Amino acid sequence: MRVTQGCFSFLPDLTDEQISRQVQYCLEKGWAVNIEFTDDPHPRNNFWEMWGLPMFDLRDAAGVMMELATCRKVYGDRYIRMSAFDSSHGWESQRLSFIVNRPKDEPGFQLERHEVAGRGIRYTTKSYAAGRPEGRRYG
Amino acid sequence: MPRHELLTPKIPIRLRTQPEETSMNQHSMTVRGKDRYKSGVMEYKKMGYWEPDYEPKDTDIIALFRVTPQDGVDPIEAAAAVAGESSTATWTVVWTDRLTAAEKYRAKCYRVDPVPNSPGQYFAYIAYDLDLFENGSIANLSASIIGNVFGFKPLKALRLEDMRLPVAYVKTFQGPATGIVVERERMDKFGRPLLGATVKPKLGLSGRNYGRVVYEALKGGLDFTKDDENINSQPFMHWRERFLYCMEAVNKAQAASGEIKGTYLNVTAGTMEDMYERAEFAKELGSVIIMIDLVIGYTAIQSMAKWARRNDMILHLHRAGHSTYTRQRNHGVSFRVIAKWMRLAGVDHIHAGTVVGKLEGDPATTRGYYDICREDHNPMRLEHGVFFDQNWASLNRLMPVASGGIHAGQMHQLLDHLGEDVVLQFGGGTIGHPMGIQAGAIANRVALEAMILARNEGRDYLHEGPEILAKAAQTCTPLKSALEVWKNVTFNYESTDMPDYVPTPSVAM
Repeated sequence: MRVTQGCFSFLPDLTDEQISRQVQYCLEKGWAVNIEFTDDPHPRNNFWEMWGLPMFDLRDAAGVMMELATCRKVYGDRYIRMSAFDSSHGWESQRLSFIVNRPKDEPGFQLERHEVAGRGIRYTTKSYAAGRPEGRRYG
Repeated sequence: MPRHELLTPKIPIRLRTQPEETSMNQHSMTVRGKDRYKSGVMEYKKMGYWEPDYEPKDTDIIALFRVTPQDGVDPIEAAAAVAGESSTATWTVVWTDRLTAAEKYRAKCYRVDPVPNSPGQYFAYIAYDLDLFENGSIANLSASIIGNVFGFKPLKALRLEDMRLPVAYVKTFQGPATGIVVERERMDKFGRPLLGATVKPKLGLSGRNYGRVVYEALKGGLDFTKDDENINSQPFMHWRERFLYCMEAVNKAQAASGEIKGTYLNVTAGTMEDMYERAEFAKELGSVIIMIDLVIGYTAIQSMAKWARRNDMILHLHRAGHSTYTRQRNHGVSFRVIAKWMRLAGVDHIHAGTVVGKLEGDPATTRGYYDICREDHNPMRLEHGVFFDQNWASLNRLMPVASGGIHAGQMHQLLDHLGEDVVLQFGGGTIGHPMGIQAGAIANRVALEAMILARNEGRDYLHEGPEILAKAAQTCTPLKSALEVWKNVTFNYESTDMPDYVPTPSVAM
């Protein structure tokens, strides 16, 4: 399966050139771009690990692309995403987020059904990979 | 040039008429002292409901009406009558006025302008003191402003065009239970419009078949599916069946995609007790969103908004029934007023038009509605039908929903007209796909992502839209097939409702 979180997961994987243009778009909007990675892509795992701090005050996407290259060297077997933060009043939140790296093999999620009273079922989404300890989940 | 640039006020705007220059707004005719309270009938304009020298206070609520007086009726008198009948007046003088601070409570019409290019119609600006209204109650606000006057005999027609809501009043409302920012955080979706589809056929599917449509659409790539306005609890599908099957579909699609998904479970019912019961069940099943119809009434909407805030639920409003009073230009209530009331009332989603789809919606007017839903401050913009500056005082943003007769081939136009903070709902445009519902969903999602990618890269996506879509379709057969099937589908009819003012470029400001 393919985890389709983020803004561009339905397109073929973005090239570095394409990623760089998206980053530049964010920087021109005055947003701070952050690189995050995880090997626990559960849909409700909000807090991926931060690759350093959001890159405030940056003007050129090249700086972000260098960080991405380094992050990929260390965590190339995991999911990596770019997130852009907008600090302006009334937003103060992420404005763009997209996956820029994914494991070679994505086993996906199991849907566990726990039958309860009547016709009720409690559903639990479990990542097949997350059964193993962090750092040993993919590859 | 992209349309949004055209609509920002870079070009100087000259109105066709300069309202201040008309000769109507001259003298107060108010009778004062003892004579004011002599028993009998007195013209409204003499009773203190026409005060052309009045300067509205920052705390006043201002309403703008389009008044069409009966033949021979003085427009000033007609406007004063609207002010009177929507505040303190009755048809005759009453001495009991003298037991009150009557002058404060009288709504004051302070300006009347002829409507440009519409003989016999007048814009009447009426100011209401804040003390005339109960805090946090749309029912009370609407009972005053539209409660009595619309059937008034001296008027041929009357339309409430817009309202200025003072910050002091705005702050008495909860506002959207969730708001755009938090909805995006909860859904984990940033930087693109959300995608939805209404399950079709809207009536007749069993719960199990209905859930099938939900599953296929969500798994294919949509973020939301939606009950239609009239799906409640009918013989063919009891509401509990629908909720159970829909939530199975949502959970399966979440596991299949790794994304958060939702389906608007319509909790509309005959009584509040039934609605609360349905909402509680939706919550128990883990739904992120529920839905109500506009026809449940303002108080019920506010109750559900409070429930939604307490229960971490996104609240979708389907504007069922609004066209009965919003569509005709000379009579009723403009949808921009309904949008303002609903932002106060506290819903998170509201259908606000598509421009290009099958339902009424002139581009400039629709732009006005979207601004009212989404911006923290609306500057007066007559060319969008927005007559007042409106400060929302950090009330949550309300997500507009575009639904009805739209398809993937229009993606560039939709993005241009409606922007990024919107739910695009492709019902037929998903379910009617020749290769199936999943394929329909894939086509829409790929078209959307390709367009956002291109926009962010700085391309002129509005003009290059068809090329961008064709390129994306090279690696996506479902999109290719969608573009082929719906390539010639457009809905070009004249709008019945549009702004009265148009921007005209002028050389000097």
